[in-house]
Amino acid sequence: MATVGQLQKQFVDFSTSLYREGFLDDQFIQLQKLQDESNPDFVFEVVSLFFEDSEKLLNNLAIALQQQVVDFKQVDAHVHQFKGSSSSIGAHRVKNMCVAFRNFCEEKNLDGCLRCLQQINHEYCLVKNKLENVFRLERQILEAGGTIPLIA
Amino acid sequence: MDGAVGFVEEPHVLAVDDNLIDRILVEKLLKNSSCKVTTAENGQRALEYLGLVENNQTSSNDNASKVNMIITDYCMPGMTGYELLKKIKESSVMKDVPVVIMSSENVPTRINKCLEEGAEMFMLKPLKFSDVKKLRCQFLCSSTVRAS
Repeated sequence: MATVGQLQKQFVDFSTSLYREGFLDDQFIQLQKLQDESNPDFVFEVVSLFFEDSEKLLNNLAIALQQQVVDFKQVDAHVHQFKGSSSSIGAHRVKNMCVAFRNFCEEKNLDGCLRCLQQINHEYCLVKNKLENVFRLERQILEAGGTIPLIA
Repeated sequence: MDGAVGFVEEPHVLAVDDNLIDRILVEKLLKNSSCKVTTAENGQRALEYLGLVENNQTSSNDNASKVNMIITDYCMPGMTGYELLKKIKESSVMKDVPVVIMSSENVPTRINKCLEEGAEMFMLKPLKFSDVKKLRCQFLCSSTVRAS
């Protein structure tokens, strides 16, 4: 069974790697600054909402791109939403993919859009797993009686 | 707060954004800065809250006089933040309330258009705590808040 110290180190190493590898950016740190005693699960709640919202958007995107006649304005509207939420959460790589996606929408490039959708799905799954791991490590630290180290 | 001029401990901000996550974030940022917050998911709802429907210049309810600042997203379906800004500036009861426009896109023509129409400030999303502090100091401190 890992000690508090070991868990904390795992947490710090894992979290800093997420920033280093561009999965998360400064906005995620901003989010954590919003959490306080009156709202101790704020980050978890917002991120959970992000997951729900994203999955709906990804689904809507898949449907929109499967239509006989693709409405690129509608596709772009979905991507714009996704870009907004991923940017607000600090999901850096997802946000960047959204930027590329919007360019293909503007060009009405269906192949480009389909490729982007695939890539965004992939990036989203990656960041989702990583965030779930962060939350899991936090829980383990708290259960072991430790405090969660601050990543600034 | 009735009739009192000047010091308002908890300014009331109306925040308008069609993105749920952004609504939650801006609300939290404002609440953490000791503001009372009402959110609206689009321009139409915002106008309804302010009692400014049917192109009335005057408000049909009390809410308009209690709002000290409006912060709105630019890109919204139906009515953009710019269109909402125009409606607010056309209303005799709301025209002096500071309106701040937010956008995730840095488009100079968009920014200028909003500032020319009377927006106090344009801010890039996602908003940070330092942005809200700036707003709080500039538009919501005791000497700049008008009497209810």
